[in-house]
Amino acid sequence: MEKENKTTGKVVGIVANLVMVEVDGPVAQNEICFISLGDEELMSEVIKVVGKIAYVQVFESTRGLKPGSKVEFRGHMLEVTLGPGILSRNYDGLQNDLDKMEGVFLKRGEYTDPLNREKKWEFKPIVKVGDEVQAGDWLGEVNENDQPHKIMVPFKMKGTYKIKEIVGEGEYTVDHKIAVVANGDGTETELTMVQKWPVKVAIRDFKEKPRPFKLLETGVRCMDTLNPITEGGTGFIPGPFGTGKTVLQHAISKQAEADIVIIAACGERANEVVEIFTEFPELEDPRTGKKLIERTIIIANTSNMPVAAREASVYTAMTIGEYYRAMGLKVLLMADSTSRWAQALREMSNRLEELPGPDAFPMDLSAVISNFYSRAGFVYLNNGKTGSITFIGTVSPAGGNLKEPVTESTRKAARCFYGLSQARADSKRYPAIDPIDSYSKYLEYPEVQENLTKNVGEFWLKDVNKTKDVLLRGKEVMEQINILGDDGVPIGFHETFWKAELIDFVILQQDAFDKIDASTPMKRQQYMLSKVLGVVDSSFSFNHFEDVSAFFKEVINEFKQMNYSEFESEKFKKHEKTLEELLKKQAN
Amino acid sequence: MESQAFQKVYTKLTNITKATVTLKADGVGYDEIATVAGKLAQVVKIAGEDITLQIFEGTEGIPTNAEVSFLGRPPQLTVGDELAGRFFNAFGDPIDGGPAIQGEVRDIGSPSVNPVRRKQPSNLIATGIAGIDLNNTLVSGQKIPFFADPDQPYNQVMALVALRAKADKIILGGMGLTNDDYLYFKNVFDNAGALDRIISFVNTTENPPVERLLVPDMALTAAEYFAVDKNESVLVLLTDMTLFADALSIVSNRMDQIPSKDSMPGSLYSDLARIYEKAVQFPEGGSITIIAVTTLSGGDITHAIPDNTGYITEGQLFLRRDTDIGKVIIDPFRSLSRLKQLVIGKQTREDHPQVMNTAIRLYADAANARTKLENGFDLTDYDERTLKFAKEYSDQILAIDVNVDTDTMLDITWELFGRHFKKAEVAIRENLVEKYWKN
Repeated sequence: MEKENKTTGKVVGIVANLVMVEVDGPVAQNEICFISLGDEELMSEVIKVVGKIAYVQVFESTRGLKPGSKVEFRGHMLEVTLGPGILSRNYDGLQNDLDKMEGVFLKRGEYTDPLNREKKWEFKPIVKVGDEVQAGDWLGEVNENDQPHKIMVPFKMKGTYKIKEIVGEGEYTVDHKIAVVANGDGTETELTMVQKWPVKVAIRDFKEKPRPFKLLETGVRCMDTLNPITEGGTGFIPGPFGTGKTVLQHAISKQAEADIVIIAACGERANEVVEIFTEFPELEDPRTGKKLIERTIIIANTSNMPVAAREASVYTAMTIGEYYRAMGLKVLLMADSTSRWAQALREMSNRLEELPGPDAFPMDLSAVISNFYSRAGFVYLNNGKTGSITFIGTVSPAGGNLKEPVTESTRKAARCFYGLSQARADSKRYPAIDPIDSYSKYLEYPEVQENLTKNVGEFWLKDVNKTKDVLLRGKEVMEQINILGDDGVPIGFHETFWKAELIDFVILQQDAFDKIDASTPMKRQQYMLSKVLGVVDSSFSFNHFEDVSAFFKEVINEFKQMNYSEFESEKFKKHEKTLEELLKKQAN
Repeated sequence: MESQAFQKVYTKLTNITKATVTLKADGVGYDEIATVAGKLAQVVKIAGEDITLQIFEGTEGIPTNAEVSFLGRPPQLTVGDELAGRFFNAFGDPIDGGPAIQGEVRDIGSPSVNPVRRKQPSNLIATGIAGIDLNNTLVSGQKIPFFADPDQPYNQVMALVALRAKADKIILGGMGLTNDDYLYFKNVFDNAGALDRIISFVNTTENPPVERLLVPDMALTAAEYFAVDKNESVLVLLTDMTLFADALSIVSNRMDQIPSKDSMPGSLYSDLARIYEKAVQFPEGGSITIIAVTTLSGGDITHAIPDNTGYITEGQLFLRRDTDIGKVIIDPFRSLSRLKQLVIGKQTREDHPQVMNTAIRLYADAANARTKLENGFDLTDYDERTLKFAKEYSDQILAIDVNVDTDTMLDITWELFGRHFKKAEVAIRENLVEKYWKN
């Protein structure tokens, strides 16, 4: 849609950030335009065209904007700039570098360059003159915070090309010419390290997208053990406010086994973003010993920033994710919260006076969400290497009601469901993921099952299913005890209940603020689960139901002290020994 | 009010609703203010030549030939040190009989703070109320509402918190305050000798509802003056945000917008966030902390107003009357301060996080025991002990009349643990139990 003559227009109507523009030429849906307001230029996107009137959503405040203001259309959609130097940057929803902006307050119409144009990168070529390449193929590599950042043939270039020139090893800026390629007609194109891509279009330059099959370790026990997510998988975390969504999301992004972490703070609290800004430069990546911030990209569109840019922010994050995936890297993308994104869609739909769907959300909400989730995934690149985007979104259901449209639509799209429960949060059982309602569809994939059996343990799947059964049984028994009373049920009921509590306290509950307990490697999870199931399988003798709770509380206490101790340390073993003695004493 | 070199007066309204008027005019900017028959109004929609204005005082008595003049600027507030100790209406005009403020004129509803320029909130705000300091610690730069039923003493608790928190300035934004409550605040602040650090923007129930829409922005523009220009710590009290949201829905309704949940405008989340996100810790030391009140109808927190608020604010505080002790307490289950993790165990004693969580867990056990009792079941010995614990905990920690420092709160809680439970039952980290356990 590149055009020779730029279309222009003038403002004829304004309602909040929706502006009507009378145009003098062709405009495309989603085309970007700039509205002049004094010295400022306000970036906007076309969202509807009726006759000669283009409806544009402005990514800024429209305060003071007058009818008659000039508008210039740019002939392209909203794009991100891709190249080395994106890692550890803090961007807004439109990929402006927030650190480059001056002053404490955001200025309207200030747009900053996402890349550093002066910095020189140590480039190593991968292709030779004469090689045949296509979009997404690797031309060379630079070291970006110790990640092998591949310089690729721009995704926009369709067809095959021959390498005519490629620079040798050396230091270059991102705008330096690094290669010249020619197509079939011999037309030559100069390439630099930078390319652009429209955010609302998926990058599809890979060979194959198989079903995900590999576990993605997060260190969060109630996810990894009970409902694991896979590399390239999708999941969502719905929960009423105050149930620990954000803490859980931060824990996952700190601990998960990913090369690149992208955090899209979409319409959320600014202080939470500040927490990431403050903590990630300090925190060590447990796997590399480097700082977490070095592998992290933050897209911050906090709730008080313009609403249209909020909608763009998740797409910006996904596109950057796809760019790194094409380099053969494992990307983890977290969006907090996709409900805010849906609300941005609702606000615009409302101003466009479209007929509303359920809860006044636009009718195509479900399709938009599915389409977005489908951009995640595990891929085989054209060169046979693999890459992945694992996407976890949070959902903030209105009124904590999981039947509302955003949750329902997301449920259709995401494969893992981590439902946060108000009751668990109220009794401070964190993370408050409901062990019974939550699920991971991946556990049913034969390829995932095979992978787990091979990597975690031969009996792992059996143990996991058993754990779920015990938890469910525990819940049923609890209901009966509540109805019939403590002494109205056989003692065995109490034992069943407390065995479920044991799993709850030792495996499910995890202290995200404790240095050791916060993250549990798979090996330790496997060890602890089999230990706990060992207790569950044993039979004990009790005279009175009160002895049951007293005994299990002691057992839980020892297990918890183990959780708080370094794995296999002296302290760990000491508590393990006390535990064994305790069990022996009570054994049947 | 003001004069401009060129000011065109229009006298032909084409449309009048209860809150808005429409007329044909040109050269008008979005968000600009105007006067319509002497009443202040703001541009909310431009469609070609048709300009729609919302009239803050309501459209009663406005004729179709009313004089309309546009002022060419958004709503503004004159800021300066003289603001301290003064009372204003929603338009920023003095209502205490004092002189007009001399100082710099600023647009209200200024842009947001660049998130990378914010500092992480890290200063604990001590209130002496254990239900807050121990379980739901407040931090400067935080935004937190009281979710309260209309019959609860939320304004009293808020005034108490405001006076005990050592803020340089306290700014009261009163929306739909009853005259009695307005006088209550005035008296409390006056009696505490704190009037010189208090600034009030007040819309009472006697004033038209749409005026309220200006109150938070007025209060926060004043707050930004003191926090940014003077590096002061500013505490902003907003009561009652439910009435603010109601005013939003009135305007959106008059503009024929499609309502979303609970008849609220679809933009409610953004509208509320714009206000609450003004809470900030600035790197130079100034801060804005917002304590708000959101009244509930029948305790329903799933209603769009409290629900959206809960997702924006950093926690919420619930008040509840505990019939066992006959006092109002801060409900430990439903109350939450999200920023407490930044200070507890760091600016307070190391055992704070675990003691807090354990006490609440045991308090939850007591609630279960109470359910059992109500259902006519026998209680175990453990149940009996949790009930005793809960009563003492409620009386000595949760009640809003408690006024002690945090170390004392922790000591009291350890004492209650020791009195009612065994060490294994509290399941706290071993080294802490060794250090603090009291028999």
